[in-house]
Amino acid sequence: MVDMSTTLAGATLPNPVMTASGCAANGKELHRFFPVSDLGAFVTKTVMRDPRSGRPTPRMAETSSGMLNSIGLQGPGIDAFCEQDLPWLAAQGARVLVSVAGNTAEEFGEVVQRLVASPAWPCVVGVEANISCPNVANRGLVFACDPVSSERVVQIVRTRVPEGVPVFAKLTPDVTDIVAIADAVLRAGADGLTMINTLLGIVIDTDLLRPQLAGVTGGLSGPAVRPVAVRAVWQVTAAMRAGTIPTAPVIGVGGVRTGADALELVAAGASAVQVGTATFNDPSAPRRVLTELEEHLARHGFTRFADAVGVAHERMAAL
Amino acid sequence: MSGSGVVQVAGEVVANRRVGAYHHLTIVAPGVAELARPGQFVALAVGGPTSANLLRRCFSLHKVKASGTYGGTLDVVVAAHGPGTQWLTGLSTHDAVDVVAPLGRPFPLPAEPVPCVLVGGGYGSAPLFWLAEALRERGCHVEMVLGAASEDRLFGVVEARRSADGVTVTTDDGSAGRRGWVSDVLGEVVDRTGAGVVYACGPMGMLRSVTEVAQAHGAVAQVAVEESMACGIGVCMTCVMPVRGTDGTTRMVRSCVEGPVFRGDLVRWDAIGGGITRVPEDAVGAPRPGGH
Repeated sequence: MVDMSTTLAGATLPNPVMTASGCAANGKELHRFFPVSDLGAFVTKTVMRDPRSGRPTPRMAETSSGMLNSIGLQGPGIDAFCEQDLPWLAAQGARVLVSVAGNTAEEFGEVVQRLVASPAWPCVVGVEANISCPNVANRGLVFACDPVSSERVVQIVRTRVPEGVPVFAKLTPDVTDIVAIADAVLRAGADGLTMINTLLGIVIDTDLLRPQLAGVTGGLSGPAVRPVAVRAVWQVTAAMRAGTIPTAPVIGVGGVRTGADALELVAAGASAVQVGTATFNDPSAPRRVLTELEEHLARHGFTRFADAVGVAHERMAAL
Repeated sequence: MSGSGVVQVAGEVVANRRVGAYHHLTIVAPGVAELARPGQFVALAVGGPTSANLLRRCFSLHKVKASGTYGGTLDVVVAAHGPGTQWLTGLSTHDAVDVVAPLGRPFPLPAEPVPCVLVGGGYGSAPLFWLAEALRERGCHVEMVLGAASEDRLFGVVEARRSADGVTVTTDDGSAGRRGWVSDVLGEVVDRTGAGVVYACGPMGMLRSVTEVAQAHGAVAQVAVEESMACGIGVCMTCVMPVRGTDGTTRMVRSCVEGPVFRGDLVRWDAIGGGITRVPEDAVGAPRPGGH
């Protein structure tokens, strides 16, 4: 038996496996395959202030070991989320990490304010600020590519979320130096980081000789991006270990399909792991990854999950 | 989990045979038949557990059998046109395939025994024979209209003659039945039978025409759409379509959970065409000038 519990900036979870935002809707669909309360936390689809239709279709293109998506943050808006989705998750006993976004920094704050006022708020174990979604129609609003706009969002969100509930900033790998962005959001008050969001890509339909997605660009996810996620987690946690940026827990996400994939992110420094695109392939994937991760940890002789976090930094081959 | 209306099971292929331009697969999938109804679909994983093709391929259930030599089975009709469907059509007896089914909403059946016309384009006819049986059990007079580009792309003409009270066949090239489209003959079949409901499955363009003809001849169209899906279970948000609700409001709805069967007159065909489905300006949450 491995003690699978993990603590993320004060939030203690029974295990480190979560869904990934936008890959699990808001729970009801996956609950037909496994109890959502089995997971360390359930990460909701990014919620914005107003209802959003999302983008035209095609919104999806399959790629080698991955996919490109351009959903455009379709969702019912924060009020419907608080009335319907959050109470349902609370009733299942799920621990919820709510992903929020806004068209402006102020709108992030408004979304959080209404979220905190929800009667179901006690099931929320953290807020994930989606500052890096590349799908928003207005291309100027990818906050996470700019340290100053990232800081501003994080400051507003942190102010509105009650003390004791951690705020995570979800970062994009589509930047020159992800450590600099991590440093900026942590100094602005983020309690932790989620890495990585999708990578921007384009697929050309070779029959029609035009972009396959109606929205032209989309976010690349799936096992194809896993090495990028492992690299991002590694670089940022290495900087924390070196003392050059503040120390904070990292949630690893990107291309996790198996327990071994999850262990890569953990060994690179992630204190929790999200399972995203693999859920489209296997609706049981998040639950299965938990079982497999525990088996891998036991095989390595770990008695506590926490002891495996970042272990690869200590085991580098001497050159 | 039990009571959830859907199962995920490790399926096993027990038959894979060529039928015209298509492949007809029978897969052992215990638990599906007891839950499934005509119009629902199955999401199959392709390429095995380490496949580079992650997205599930969705097929309407051609038929299901609760028990038999192999335990419960389901049948699907597959056209090989990409790497996933090529993998599926290349499967041999005893090969494994991960099954999630049944999914989506079935064809609604009329409360009264009204005459019905069932229209299938190409292998879109796959779920209609099972539907025809269910309708005839309720005392409905059932006619089928099957159309395709050419004779080899028709599916189930022989089966249709068993399942329905009358069958009309059309092909674009005239290689079987009447030359032309299903929509060319549908009106007269609806008029002759006095049909109250037209059920249809096939390409979007055909479903739009069927809806228009049905409306013009006083019948309600129930259409099963073939939107491309990544998951089939309602989590990926890729298979959305603009559909009017009973409140008159258009929303971008998931065809996998709110469909695949929609009332044809509620689908916003005006937003669909050229391989793209746009978001109508009056849809809930549609982008507004100056930002979303």
